[in-house]
Amino acid sequence: MAGFEPSSLPDLLPLYYRRLFPYGPYGRWLSYGGVVKNYFQRREFSFTLRDDIYVRYQSFASPQELEKEMQKMNPYKIDVGAVYSHRPSQHNTVHMGAFQAQEKELVFDIDMTDYDDVRRCCSSAEICPKCWTLMTIAIRVIDRALVEDFGVKHRLWVYSGRRGVHCWVCDDSVRKWSSNLRSATVEYLTLVKGGPDTVKKVNLTDPIHPFISKSLSLVEPYFREYALVGQDILGCRESWEKVVALVPEHILLLFTLLQEFPKKQDSVQRWELLRNKMDKHRVRNSPGRWLGSEIMLQYCFPRLDINVSRGLNHLLKSPFSVHPKTGRVSVPIDLQKLDHFDPFAVPTISYLCSELDTANEEEDGEKENEMEPMAKRRTRDYKKTSLAPYVRVFEQFVDEMDRSRKGELLKRSDLQRDF
Amino acid sequence: MEFTREKRMKMRLAGDRRGDQYPHSLQFYQQPPAENISLAEFESFAIDRLKLLKVVENLGVSYVKGGEEYKNKLQQELRKLKFQYRALIEDDYDARRKDHISHFILRLAYCQSEDLRRWFIQQEMDLFRYRFNELTDELVQKFLKYINLSYEAISKEVKEKLAVQLINSTPGLSGAKIEELMFYKVPLQDAMDLFRVRRVYLLDAFTYVPHTDMVAIVLNNFRTKLSKALALTARSLPAVQSDERLQPLLNHLSHSYVGPDYSIQKNTGKISIEHIDALSVKSFPLCMRQLHKALRDNHHLRHGGRMQYGLFLKGIGLTLEQALQFWKSEFIKGKVDADKFDKGYAYSIRHNYGKEGKRTDYTPFSCMKIILSNPPSQGDYHGCPFRHSDPELLKQKLQSFKISPTGITQILELVKGMHYQLACQKYFQLTHDVDDTGFSLNHPNQYFAESQKLLSGGRDVKKEPSEPENSQQKLSSQKSTNSCSIPNSSNIEGDTELEGLDAYFTED
Repeated sequence: MAGFEPSSLPDLLPLYYRRLFPYGPYGRWLSYGGVVKNYFQRREFSFTLRDDIYVRYQSFASPQELEKEMQKMNPYKIDVGAVYSHRPSQHNTVHMGAFQAQEKELVFDIDMTDYDDVRRCCSSAEICPKCWTLMTIAIRVIDRALVEDFGVKHRLWVYSGRRGVHCWVCDDSVRKWSSNLRSATVEYLTLVKGGPDTVKKVNLTDPIHPFISKSLSLVEPYFREYALVGQDILGCRESWEKVVALVPEHILLLFTLLQEFPKKQDSVQRWELLRNKMDKHRVRNSPGRWLGSEIMLQYCFPRLDINVSRGLNHLLKSPFSVHPKTGRVSVPIDLQKLDHFDPFAVPTISYLCSELDTANEEEDGEKENEMEPMAKRRTRDYKKTSLAPYVRVFEQFVDEMDRSRKGELLKRSDLQRDF
Repeated sequence: MEFTREKRMKMRLAGDRRGDQYPHSLQFYQQPPAENISLAEFESFAIDRLKLLKVVENLGVSYVKGGEEYKNKLQQELRKLKFQYRALIEDDYDARRKDHISHFILRLAYCQSEDLRRWFIQQEMDLFRYRFNELTDELVQKFLKYINLSYEAISKEVKEKLAVQLINSTPGLSGAKIEELMFYKVPLQDAMDLFRVRRVYLLDAFTYVPHTDMVAIVLNNFRTKLSKALALTARSLPAVQSDERLQPLLNHLSHSYVGPDYSIQKNTGKISIEHIDALSVKSFPLCMRQLHKALRDNHHLRHGGRMQYGLFLKGIGLTLEQALQFWKSEFIKGKVDADKFDKGYAYSIRHNYGKEGKRTDYTPFSCMKIILSNPPSQGDYHGCPFRHSDPELLKQKLQSFKISPTGITQILELVKGMHYQLACQKYFQLTHDVDDTGFSLNHPNQYFAESQKLLSGGRDVKKEPSEPENSQQKLSSQKSTNSCSIPNSSNIEGDTELEGLDAYFTED
C-alpha cells in the first residue's frame, strides 16, 4: 500500500470526492435528524486547499451543496467546526458579539507525539505497530469512562490518518455542553500531568477513585506485552534509569535497584523484582504506596489535548478526510474489533483509486451501468474498494443514532397523548 | 442591568417590604436593586465594596483560605466596612442593602474586559464561600431551597449499594461517617468543580455529592450565573456609559484594581532585537527567560509558548516588524523554512498585534492567567516555572542561575505554600540584590519594567508623567507595597486609597 506521493493529490482528490466519499451517511450524521432548525446550515466547515490555503467559516444549505462544493474545490483537508448562532458563511454580516459557537460534538484528540517521553520505538510523527497499542489502550480507557461514568451513548472513534485518533461524542445533550464542562471532563480523564520539567507525571493518593481503579484494570492486561516486552522499558541501563527516576528517594535507598537490575535477564524479570520490593515495603498512606500503578499509568495512560476538547469553536479534521501527508483516509474504528485495528492497513487514496481502476476495467465490457444515476453508481463505487468496511462502521453508527432518536420521539409523543 | 429605568422609578417607602427583600444574610444577587439612590451613596457603596474585595484578595494570598486567621480578619473587615458579617443577626437591613447594591454597581465597572471579569468573579466567589461556610446547617437548607438548588438525597439502600465507591471517591470519608452523611444526586453539569478533580463519585452522568461539599455546587452555580450576568451587563453597558455622571466613576473603579494595562505600549520601538539575549538574563522573569532559552535552543516554540512569549515581547516594546524578524530569524535556523514561516507562523504574530482575524490588540498575559490557564504539557515551555516545574528541577534551574542555597530554600518554601507570585518576587529580590522589591508582582511585564527601572539607576529617578491614569498606577503600586510588606496594614492601605479616590473625584 506504499507508494503514496503527496504530489499526486491534485490528480487523486477529484476522483475521491466524485466517486468514493460517503456523502450519504455523512450528511445524515451532521443533519442529526433535522430536529433542530437549520442545524446543518449553521455548521462550520473549513477547507485546506493547495499550498496550505486555509478557508474558514464555510457553511452550506444542505449536504448536497456541501458535496458540490467539495467536488469543485477538491480540498486537501476538511475540518468540522461548531454549530453557530448564524450561518458561518455570513459571519461578517452580523454584529461581532452576536456570532457565537453554540453547539458541537465533544471531541478528543489523542496524538502519539504526546507520548514521546515514554516511547522507545519511534518519535514525533512516526508510529509503528509497537506503539499503536498506546492508542488501543487510550480508546479502551476513555470509551469506558464516557459510557459508564458520563452516561454517553454515541461515540465515533476515528483514525486521524497519521499518528493518532479522534473521538466524536455526538449525544444531543453533550453537544450542548459549555466549554467549562468540557474542560472539567478532560481534567477528570487526565492522570498524566506536567511537561518536560516534570519527571514524575502521575501521582496517586488515597483513596483511589473508581475511575482510576477501573482504568488501571484496563491498562494492566496490556502492560506486560506492550511495555515490558514490546517497549522493553527496563531493557537497558539508559531506559531503566528513567523508570527508577520515578521511585521516591526514601524508597530507593531500601531497594538497591540499580545494583540488582543488571543481574536480571530482561524487562519482565526486572519489573517483577521492582514489584516484589514494593510489596514488601508497602506502607499505608506513604507516598510510593501506589508506585507500581503510577509507573504503569505514566507509560500507558491516555494523554489528551485539552485545548482541542475545551473550545466549542475548535476545528477537528473530519472523518473520511484524506491525510495530506500520508494519503491515508481518516476512517472510523470498529470498537468490536479494536485490538485488530491496524493503522497500516488503512487504505491510502492512491490505493483506493487504483482499486477503482481495476474494478472499472473489469466492468468495462458490460457497459450497462451508463444509464444509472450518479448517486447509485457512487454507492457501488466505494463498495468495490477497501474503504467499504469502514463506511459500514460509519453507517452503523449513524443508524444507531437514528434509532435512538426515533425512540426518543416515540416516547415524547406517547407522553403527549397522555395529556 | 436596567439602570436608566430604575433611575426614573420612584423611591419605595423604606420599611414596607424590608423583610421580604433580603430574607437571608447571604445573597445570590439574582435581582438588581430597584430603588433610587443618591450619587454620593452610589460612590461610597462602590468604594467600600472594592475595598472589601481587595481585602478578600490580599487575605487569600497571605492566609489559608477558610483558616481561622483568614476568617477572623475577614470578619473584622466586613464589620468595619459595614457589611453584614454574621449570618445570625436578623436585623441588618442596611448592611444587606449595601451588600446588594454595591455588588451590582461593581458589576457595571467590572464587566468590561475578560481580565476584569475574571478578577471580580474570583473575589466575589471567595467572599461568597466565606459567607456560605458561616451558615448553620439549618440555614444552608433554607438557603438552598431559596435559590432553587434542592437536589434529591439518595436513599439508604442506594447508599449501601454504592458504599465502596462512595468511600473511594470522596476524600476524608470513612465507613463510619458515611452512614450519617447525606448524599445528593446531582447532574454532572452542576458539580463541575467536584468531578473535575475526582472528589465525587460519577456514574451515568450523575455525581454523588456529600452534604459537606454542597458549597462547591452552590459556588459553581453562583459563578455560572455571575459570569452570564456580567456578559449581559457588558452588552447593555453603552446605555449606562452615556450617563456622564456615572461613566467616569465606573471607569475609575475598574482601573483601580487590575493595575497598569500592559497592552498600551509606551515603550514601543525602544528595544532592539540584539539586546534581547542580554535582557533575558538581566530583566526577564523566569518564565520568559525559560521561553527565550527554549526558543534559542530548539529554534521553535509551540503555540502556548509563542503566545505567552510573543505578547510579553510586544509588551516590552517590540514592534510588529521586529517581532516578525525576531521569530523568523530563529525559526528558520530549525526545521521551518522561510516560506513555511510566512505561511504558518507570521499570521499568528500579526494576529497578536491585532492585524488579523477579529483584530483584537491582545494583552500580554498576567501571572494569574499564566498560572491558572493552559498548563504546559509535553514539549511545552510556557507556564509559570514556579507553578509548573517539579521542585527538584526548579532547584537545579535556580542553582544553575547561581542563586544562593538559602535563597533557593526560601523560594521552594513559597512554592510549597503555593505562593508562586511571591516566589517569583523572591527570585527578583535575589537576582537584583535588593531586600524589598517595593511592588507586588502580578505581571511578567511589570517584572521587566521594575527590573529596568532598578538597573537604570534607582526607581526614584524616573518620574511618571502626571496624567491621571499614570498617577493612579503609581498609587496602586504604592498601595500594594504596603499590603505586601506589612500584611496587617489594611488600614493604611485603605486610607491611602481613599485619599486617592477622593482626589480623583474632586478633580472632576
